Amino acid sequence: MTPPPAVLDIRNLSCRIAEREVLHDIKLTIEAGETVVLLGRSGCGKTTLLKCVNGLIPASRGEIVFQGRPVAEWDPFRMRRAIGYVIQDFGLFPHWTVAANAGLVPKLDGWAADALEKRVNLVLDAVGLPPHEFGARYPRGLSGGQKQRVGIARALAADPPLLLFDEPFGALDPITRFELQRHFLELRAHFHKAALFVTHDVREALMLASRIVLIKNGTVDLVATPGEFLSGATEESRAFLASLDGGRKNE
Amino acid sequence: MSPFLAREMLTLSFQHLWLVVIAITVAAAVAIPGGVLLTRRPGLRRSLLGFASVIETVPSLALFGFLLPLPLLGGIGPHTAITALCLYALLPIVRNTVVGITGVDPAVREAAVAMGMTPQQVLWQVELPLALPAVLAGLRIATVTTIGTATIAAAIGAGGLGVFIFEGIASVNTAMILAGAIPAAAMALVADEGLEWIERKFSRV
Repeated sequence: MTPPPAVLDIRNLSCRIAEREVLHDIKLTIEAGETVVLLGRSGCGKTTLLKCVNGLIPASRGEIVFQGRPVAEWDPFRMRRAIGYVIQDFGLFPHWTVAANAGLVPKLDGWAADALEKRVNLVLDAVGLPPHEFGARYPRGLSGGQKQRVGIARALAADPPLLLFDEPFGALDPITRFELQRHFLELRAHFHKAALFVTHDVREALMLASRIVLIKNGTVDLVATPGEFLSGATEESRAFLASLDGGRKNE
Repeated sequence: MSPFLAREMLTLSFQHLWLVVIAITVAAAVAIPGGVLLTRRPGLRRSLLGFASVIETVPSLALFGFLLPLPLLGGIGPHTAITALCLYALLPIVRNTVVGITGVDPAVREAAVAMGMTPQQVLWQVELPLALPAVLAGLRIATVTTIGTATIAAAIGAGGLGVFIFEGIASVNTAMILAGAIPAAAMALVADEGLEWIERKFSRV
């Protein structure tokens, strides 16, 4: 018996933007229930990788296989609806209620009204926003943390096998960020999704990752579990670890 | 006020309103889709908005004059006036449509695309509703200025309240001038208030 295909399989992916090779020969697979954190400095290509997965930027070499099927062969709109996406600046529709925002993707997929409502209530509850209290409100009246909870509910709503997170907690204050990070772990245990998570925060990577993929200048520098990452096998990983203890080790 | 003058005032007011409504409707039908198109073509945007600004600077009486000798669009009568009024109304509507759509939060647009909305869905469900208050403001500005400019339409035989004003000027009759100017001003005020009320209703998100 062959094992089921990985949710996401990135095979020797290279990507050029305006003649510059932003990603070079990336190999990566993600299984259900696993959180792969792409860690790297700003501009290292980690966000570009998410955009390649989502079909927003084409691969120049290699391929990305989502659910056993190359990204290039998917209808891009259907594929994006099958992948949850959470961005740093929330991107909620200001003219839609919280419930409508959360239900966006199932609605695009043409779910029946009652199934849609049930699902929206379920995901809003799951992210800690009781639907009877928050469903009819507009994003304008929410705190940053609440907005991102809606963002996560929206990403989960259509029950996608894969979720992409682009520095989702980067715009939040440290306390709210920590709350949402803990909540993220609960949600992962509950929904058992594959997640590809971009961050430049090594603390966040160590807390949330099943595996950390360290990206440096568009290439994979190191793949490690959080435990292995702490041993600092490469120069770049040591640079990140040094930022963690504020350089006290050198004093 | 003689019953004759009152009836005449009513007729001219309706004529005036009709010129404005037709001109604004045609201008909106061109300018709103045009504005949307310009947001997709940044290169085209600068040249066309520049062209519209140039038209806006042509004195209105002169523009009516320029249109007179043109075939189809020109000549004596209301259609020439409507063409000119349309040209003036285009710029505020196009500009506000462009501003409204380009003003949509990039994160909102990014999320809409990443969530799997098609370009059509992004336009109709996200960009246009969010641009609506700006578009309505453009319509309001265009309508108010068109009500004023339409008084000049009488100069080329298109009727409207300008008939009183031109007659009043010719016969040095202040009452006659006011009989044209006051209803025109009232019409502009009512249009301004009414459209602003609609605008506020739609901006309350």
